[in-house]
Amino acid sequence: MDYNWNWGVLFQDPYLGWLFSGLRWTVAVACLAAVIAFSVGSLVGIGRTVETRWLRLISTTYVEIFRNIPLLVQMFLWYFVLPELLPENTGRWMKREMPMPEYTSAVLCLGFYTASRVAEQVRSGIESLPRGQRMAGLATGLTPFQVYRYLLLPMAYRIIIPPLTSEFLTIFKNSSLALTIGLLELTAQAQQISEYTFQSFEAYTAATVSYVLIALVVTLLMQWLEGRVRVPGFAGRGG
Amino acid sequence: MFAEFDFRVIWDALPFLVQGLWMSLWLTLLAMIGGIVLGTVLALMRVSSFLPLSLMSATYVNLIRSVPLILVIFWFYFLVPLIIGRPIGGFYSALIAFVIFEAAYYSEIIRAGIQSVRHGQVLAGKASGLRYWQIQRHIVLPQAFRNMIPVLLTQAIILFQDTSLVYVVSLRDFMTASSIVARNEGRLVEMYIFAALVYFLICFSASRYVKRLQRSYAL
Repeated sequence: MDYNWNWGVLFQDPYLGWLFSGLRWTVAVACLAAVIAFSVGSLVGIGRTVETRWLRLISTTYVEIFRNIPLLVQMFLWYFVLPELLPENTGRWMKREMPMPEYTSAVLCLGFYTASRVAEQVRSGIESLPRGQRMAGLATGLTPFQVYRYLLLPMAYRIIIPPLTSEFLTIFKNSSLALTIGLLELTAQAQQISEYTFQSFEAYTAATVSYVLIALVVTLLMQWLEGRVRVPGFAGRGG
Repeated sequence: MFAEFDFRVIWDALPFLVQGLWMSLWLTLLAMIGGIVLGTVLALMRVSSFLPLSLMSATYVNLIRSVPLILVIFWFYFLVPLIIGRPIGGFYSALIAFVIFEAAYYSEIIRAGIQSVRHGQVLAGKASGLRYWQIQRHIVLPQAFRNMIPVLLTQAIILFQDTSLVYVVSLRDFMTASSIVARNEGRLVEMYIFAALVYFLICFSASRYVKRLQRSYAL
């Protein structure tokens, strides 16, 4: 193996700056996408468990569509195709004036894609609760909305914290796909450093270590959250 | 809005696209076989009572599972020629990257499968005088794999979608082929919608099939 090691390159100007800028974009994409994924995913997931037939149908269709198309294709659909299909003025605005087009497309794409996965978790969380809870709630005169708000969701969310954690981690990893539409996030910056300096080993190691650190921080954060919201007497359920 | 749709582009490029699709399927099949073989080794290491082995496997799985697939593809695109000492084209680099990456996910599935076989069976095997490997080979793994088949196939569907990422190293799978046509002909809308449709039809029918299998196959 013929390779000239030079770990110092990572700390040189401008490469260190590139790495940090990449890290910032990765975190920025992932966090905003997570907000979308959580809210849309919750709505869709709840939609799959309600009594109304057409709501269930719409939610199921949503999940099937977003789950069965590769994320890369979805990324291109959001970035290249959507502006062409919208009414002319909106499309032109998206292409010419929308601030940070790559960032916005990446966030929307990741958010709505991950929402379909979050929806499945929310649904399985709700379905894992005994059916008697819903019936008891309705029997005591709560409206369906109240049943979800005060009975089902508080427990369902607690149960699905571990799978949600892994979805949250997946968003960070999937945000690397934003490089295909030109967003210079962490992986793209590592790739760029490797092209400029030919120190691929060092550059990719820096990116790998950053992703591992992100995974550690997220896991610890979610464990802390899980401990904080634990309901006494329900410890370990579904965990 | 579909009035200006140019279906000719797709029709003319069809042979090229089909070639790309074969590449995607071929890559999926090879990566799946490699991933399951390496994943089984990792899973057996993980459940072994010899601590260093189990620790090594756990480190491997956790490391791979915390980095993005694209980064792994870049890693091996750079590493494989360096280790071999000569350039060997994107296909083998990509294939190795997929096997290494998917093995981590397969090993978790297989580990769950192995643990789903009741411990009494292992004890019974020991009592009847079988060795460790004989127990794994003839008692645990056959049952574990039967339990796992639906999950393994679901993972294969995910893997098929993931192969689209070889786009980043310009290997001509279905995705890359579609994007080449899209760019050359200036028909991004048609091509990417077509690509989405093809992927959807394949993945959706495959996942339907897995669901049916799951119902008829459960032990």
